[in-house]
Amino acid sequence: MEILAVILGFVGGVLAGLFGVGGGILFVPTLVLVLGLTQVHAEATSLLAILPTVLVGAWRQHRHGNVDWRAALLVGLGSVAGVEGGVQAAKALPEDVLRRLFAVFMLFVAANLAWRAFRPKPPYPSERDPA
Amino acid sequence: MLKLLAIGLVAGVFSALFGVGGGIVIVPLLVIVGLPGKMATGTSLAAIGLTAAAGTVAYGLHGDLKPGAAAILGVPAVFGVVVGVALQQRLARRTLTFGFALFLTAVGIRLLV
Repeated sequence: MEILAVILGFVGGVLAGLFGVGGGILFVPTLVLVLGLTQVHAEATSLLAILPTVLVGAWRQHRHGNVDWRAALLVGLGSVAGVEGGVQAAKALPEDVLRRLFAVFMLFVAANLAWRAFRPKPPYPSERDPA
Repeated sequence: MLKLLAIGLVAGVFSALFGVGGGIVIVPLLVIVGLPGKMATGTSLAAIGLTAAAGTVAYGLHGDLKPGAAAILGVPAVFGVVVGVALQQRLARRTLTFGFALFLTAVGIRLLV
């Protein structure tokens, strides 16, 4: 099962680079379904796995001139204020409720991506003319 | 500036609640406040660096971290993200995006039942 997790870890990284999302959305179900962690432990552990992924990803995007560091710093600082609230909420919810809530979140992300794939005019200017 | 901090606040709650980076919230909101698409994905990754660090510390204090399992995913993911960023510069993403959506739907349903 470890080898499957390693493969899914790699795929999660590719998705993070492609979409600016996709690390955690793949890490959490892998940790629950493949490695057998509880939902809370999987979410905590996913954040740790995300850390090196986004640091390297941001560095690579920086080389393509795709990082607005001032905006990143402000969004990042704002997020630090919100994190403890999210942790408290996750730990307060019953395990199966949190898992199903995460599943609904996944379906929402899937719908969002499908919408992006099929609407006639791509939402982001950069997708119209790939460099 | 307040808009960016507010985006971060929402993303931070989302990130910690679901154990994800929060990019799904950050990227579209950055586009709404005027960043071009690739700039939004790059900036999102940089912002998530702080989000994930804060989330890791917060969960770590509660004793919920499994560093071994994190390494199994995080180490290959570092190689993956280098590939992903390189692909983003040249790939038409429509098919890939839809494939990813289908995959998430399948896993979401598996977790739901």
